[in-house]
Amino acid sequence: MRGVWGRVGSKTAAVGLALIVTAVLLLASGASPIESFRLIWQGSVGNGDKLADTFMAWVPLVLAAAGLVVTFSAGLWNIGVEGQVVMGAIAAAWVARELHAPSAAIITVALVAGIVGGLLWGLLAGALKVYGKVNEIFGGLGLDFVATGLVVYLVIGPWKRSGIASTSGTDPFPTEAWLPTIGDKLAPIAVLLAVLGVVGVYLLMRGTFFGLRLKAVGANPASAHIMGISTRRHLLAAMAIGGALAGLGGAVQAIGFQHKLVPAISGGYGFLGILVVLLAGYRASLIAPIAFFFVMISVGSTQLSLRLGLNSAVGGVVQGTLVLLTVLVGGWQIKRSRLKARLAED
Amino acid sequence: MDATLATIVAAAAQLIYATMGETIAEKAGVINLSLDGSIMLSAMAGFAITYITGSVIVGFVAATMVSAVIAALIAFASIELKLNQIAVGFVLTLLATELSSFIGTAYVGARGTSVPHLAIPLLEDIPFLGTVLFSHNLSVYGSFVVLIATYLFLYRTRRGLELQGIGERPEAAFARGIAVNKLRYLYTVIGGALVGLAGAAYSLDVMFGWRENLTLNFGWIALAIVIFGGWHPMRVAFGCYLFGALQVVALKLQPVEALQGVSQILPIMPFVLMIFTLLVVYLDWFKEFGDRHPAWRKLLSSEPPAGIGRVFERE
Repeated sequence: MRGVWGRVGSKTAAVGLALIVTAVLLLASGASPIESFRLIWQGSVGNGDKLADTFMAWVPLVLAAAGLVVTFSAGLWNIGVEGQVVMGAIAAAWVARELHAPSAAIITVALVAGIVGGLLWGLLAGALKVYGKVNEIFGGLGLDFVATGLVVYLVIGPWKRSGIASTSGTDPFPTEAWLPTIGDKLAPIAVLLAVLGVVGVYLLMRGTFFGLRLKAVGANPASAHIMGISTRRHLLAAMAIGGALAGLGGAVQAIGFQHKLVPAISGGYGFLGILVVLLAGYRASLIAPIAFFFVMISVGSTQLSLRLGLNSAVGGVVQGTLVLLTVLVGGWQIKRSRLKARLAED
Repeated sequence: MDATLATIVAAAAQLIYATMGETIAEKAGVINLSLDGSIMLSAMAGFAITYITGSVIVGFVAATMVSAVIAALIAFASIELKLNQIAVGFVLTLLATELSSFIGTAYVGARGTSVPHLAIPLLEDIPFLGTVLFSHNLSVYGSFVVLIATYLFLYRTRRGLELQGIGERPEAAFARGIAVNKLRYLYTVIGGALVGLAGAAYSLDVMFGWRENLTLNFGWIALAIVIFGGWHPMRVAFGCYLFGALQVVALKLQPVEALQGVSQILPIMPFVLMIFTLLVVYLDWFKEFGDRHPAWRKLLSSEPPAGIGRVFERE
């Protein structure tokens, strides 16, 4: 009971501190904090159009975060997630450009291609770790840049816009490859896939032996190995699942949102996903609401630059401050409870 | 030829600062993953403060302090709160990048002072070497000093051996009466200060100003080069100059229509080389190759400090 209150207390303290820091920053740049928060709210969920924007940003973020819950559970720091999103987008873009078939077929194949693209890229980082002893942080980081390099190369090279090569992106995909939408932007298939992804990961981690074994590998690989759990296979599986979900996010980003391949196709959702999972304390049940809160800030803060002339990075500042303070306050509380326990012993 | 080499030496100067700072911190056992954001925020702060005060020196000091504070935060979180260095460093890198964009808006496009060119008398007249090494500005000369000082400190002084000890075997170092955590604080902060110099050198010396995402990915590249260089200052420096050369080549290739893709790919090379060097230590064929040619093994093998990223707790 006290543990629960402690956790709630630490979250409240962190959120409170983050609010204060943000308010001070806003005041310092001459903007009213209350007006700013109102603008963020209105700019993200204020009307149907904005809500559609927010949902379409939520989909890739929450998919990447869901994948990261799996890799973090296995004790892996999958920084390669950004590259996995990109490879998913590239694979989906390739299908959207090359496959000539009925719309439903193109979309299905493109989404599957996105999953496979992300999966293979995740598996590559996993294989580098398992078979080559390349730490997944550095291997993943390297593969992020290789993927980003590949997308830039494709956009200005082989897939360049007819006429001039430009970093603003390829030609738009044929409209048959676009995810169907309600209204202008909202693609219900994308939202459904994201919900399925989150629920799937939640059930996987909560209700299956595989999830349990994965956690065992993450908590203590040596004893998991002695218990007869194949660490290698589980690490690779975690990377594959994480990559597949990130890749699906990339595919949605390509055929559901951008409708073409651009150098910044990942939208930074991979790295932002890491923040979401850190804030969620690695729990699958919390990532959907936290991811939604994050995209509210991201989407809403564009209003701050339009209306108040602030740099739109203000959203990122709020997100970063919140996660940093949550992590620090959490660590501080654990330290304090440890100290108390030691005092009680004496 | 010598002009090209001089350009490479200048292009690598900021990388030398950043990689030496990171090498020092990592050899002491602390991974400062905030590099990319630290450099960005320092570059912004260095330029902004120089713009406000009109003094390049004050700008450099401010930039140094920004990165030192970020590094201190990582050391605090790791040592006092036992938090994961990677997690804290990663959050800080994203936060610092966003902060640089947010605060820096006011200074985009402003014209500021920059580090003056200062050829060293007499030395600059040496044929070839004079142009390559001694006809730069102070921040480039500073990179030579930092490189040589880091090497000498790590391998030729008692304190340097201590530093390696707290990174390799913290428990053993502690048993010998070395204050492991206090020194980890110290070296992480010193490393951070050097990273800040890299940022200031960038905005006050290379790009002459500030725009959003000025130093994007520069810190990640520095991290990769430290690993490529196997945590050895001289090999790390070799990596920096190699990358400097790649940058200059990429710049020269830019106008060639057919090679546009190639010049875009070059910035990725450090990461490919990093993965390759990490991989190569564990592959059997390389081990055999290394047994036959010890010199090559020395150049390519890459073993991280054994205590890196691990919290030291006295029991």
